[in-house]
Amino acid sequence: MKTYEKVIEKIIMISAVMSTISVALITVFIFQSGLPVLAEYGVLDFIFGTTWSPTNGSYGILPLIAGTLAVTLGALVIGIPTGIACAIFLSEILPKKWAKAFKSAIELLAGIPSVVYGFFGLVVIVPAIRNYVLPIYQIFDPDISATGFSILAGAVILAIMILPTIVSISENSITAVPREFKEASLALGANKMETIVKVLIPAASSGILSSIILGMGRAIGETMAVLLITGNMAKVPGSIMDPVATLTGTIAMEMGYASPTHQQALFAVGIILFVIIMLLNIIAQFSMRGLGGKTN
Amino acid sequence: METKLTTDINEIKFEIEKLNLYYGSFQALKEIDMTIYGNKITALIGPSGCGKSTFLRTLNRMNDLIQGVTIDGTIQFDEQDIYGTGYDIIELRKKVGMVFQKPNPFPKTIYENVVYGPKIHGEKDRSKLDHIVERTLKEVALWEEVKDRLHKPALGLSGGQQQRLCIARCLAVEPEVILMDEPTSALDPVATSKIEGLLEELAEKYTIVIVTHNMQQAGRVSDFTSFFLNGKVIETDKTEVIFSNPANKKTEDYITGRFG
Repeated sequence: MKTYEKVIEKIIMISAVMSTISVALITVFIFQSGLPVLAEYGVLDFIFGTTWSPTNGSYGILPLIAGTLAVTLGALVIGIPTGIACAIFLSEILPKKWAKAFKSAIELLAGIPSVVYGFFGLVVIVPAIRNYVLPIYQIFDPDISATGFSILAGAVILAIMILPTIVSISENSITAVPREFKEASLALGANKMETIVKVLIPAASSGILSSIILGMGRAIGETMAVLLITGNMAKVPGSIMDPVATLTGTIAMEMGYASPTHQQALFAVGIILFVIIMLLNIIAQFSMRGLGGKTN
Repeated sequence: METKLTTDINEIKFEIEKLNLYYGSFQALKEIDMTIYGNKITALIGPSGCGKSTFLRTLNRMNDLIQGVTIDGTIQFDEQDIYGTGYDIIELRKKVGMVFQKPNPFPKTIYENVVYGPKIHGEKDRSKLDHIVERTLKEVALWEEVKDRLHKPALGLSGGQQQRLCIARCLAVEPEVILMDEPTSALDPVATSKIEGLLEELAEKYTIVIVTHNMQQAGRVSDFTSFFLNGKVIETDKTEVIFSNPANKKTEDYITGRFG
């Protein structure tokens, strides 16, 4: 019994150490590969340079950052209202047994490989934007031309991809609001909507905020789907119909044929991504902790 | 704020007739007849699971929230059937407020807790809201303790203070009736006696129906007492009669502590 337990303990410890070491090694590797270029090129020039042209030795990633932010913000603009509305609907309006079925269906979205999303975007969203959204745009700006490969396409697909994160975490935190708050509100003569808006959502706000931040992390890190539909032009965009390149997409596309310096620059892009996503995760964890403090 | 001068015993607030309530197929309340008089404190006593809380929650239709509840019989409030078609539940809950077993202030400031009801019902005037906060907090004897921290979180108050805040929040809507579901069971003796003291003052303006596990409490604070057992009302009478000379043997057994 004793030895058996000790063996189990050791195995568990080794697994834990392994995963921690992997993270550490990956971090060290990325920084080791990317830092020389950052040092040589200058961090500020690297981040704020407006030309990404590796073949000419220009490594300014501002267009890539702009592309990533534009697509991510677009996804949040579409995904947050949809996701939160969906979470409210599931937790407060739909009867329990139906809500369960709906929630599993939405969580299933998280299991679809991202390349499938990209393909869907390529054959459905991109043509739809070219055929239906572009004409509306042309009313205001007749000179605009666009292929459909755009920020908008990326935002729509990413919005769908981050829905499971936003919906399921928000739904959990709304459901976790103590029933007493809801009863208190209703007993004061508030109706269902007033109770949801004025009591449930504020009480669940830190959980909802975390869901948004985690969704944002997912959107920033997403590569394949975005790569297929945003057009991959490393240019600071002027409108949501413009094609853009993202940080992740650029790494994925160019790594294969990159020269040594170019490769180091791509690793440096990786460092920037790494830092952004780590910051987001830290913020998310803090706001999660806020949830515990608020409702208890 | 109109003051109610009448303490006439004949003023009837609730008239309950042949009330039955089912959770699915389980019958929780059986053929309940009761009259609740205005500006009086009516205590509902009885062992756990006897239906007293369930009954209390039929009076402001809080049982509507529970799936699978069916009700028959009538409950007249101010001579209108509250389960009749077209009866406005929002209006009912404005007139019939509720204080719960566990203090349940919202995770907002003290001020925002009190003005929640009035704001929901359309009061926007800041000075009126300020006035409501001061008036209700004074009514529950909490004003002196919190007047310097109205904009601090309500969850920072002690349990007893939270419960008085919940009563103030309920008063802010200017109800006619206050339903209290074991309001002191989660509180210490000092906080309990403060709330009991409050009840007497509140009864001058409001009708109070209180569920309590604590028989001494029922004896101390109430004008009428109703004894529940297994979903039925065994006996309702003036409190002094129930405690000194109950008509039913079961009531006497319960009061004297032979069961429950």
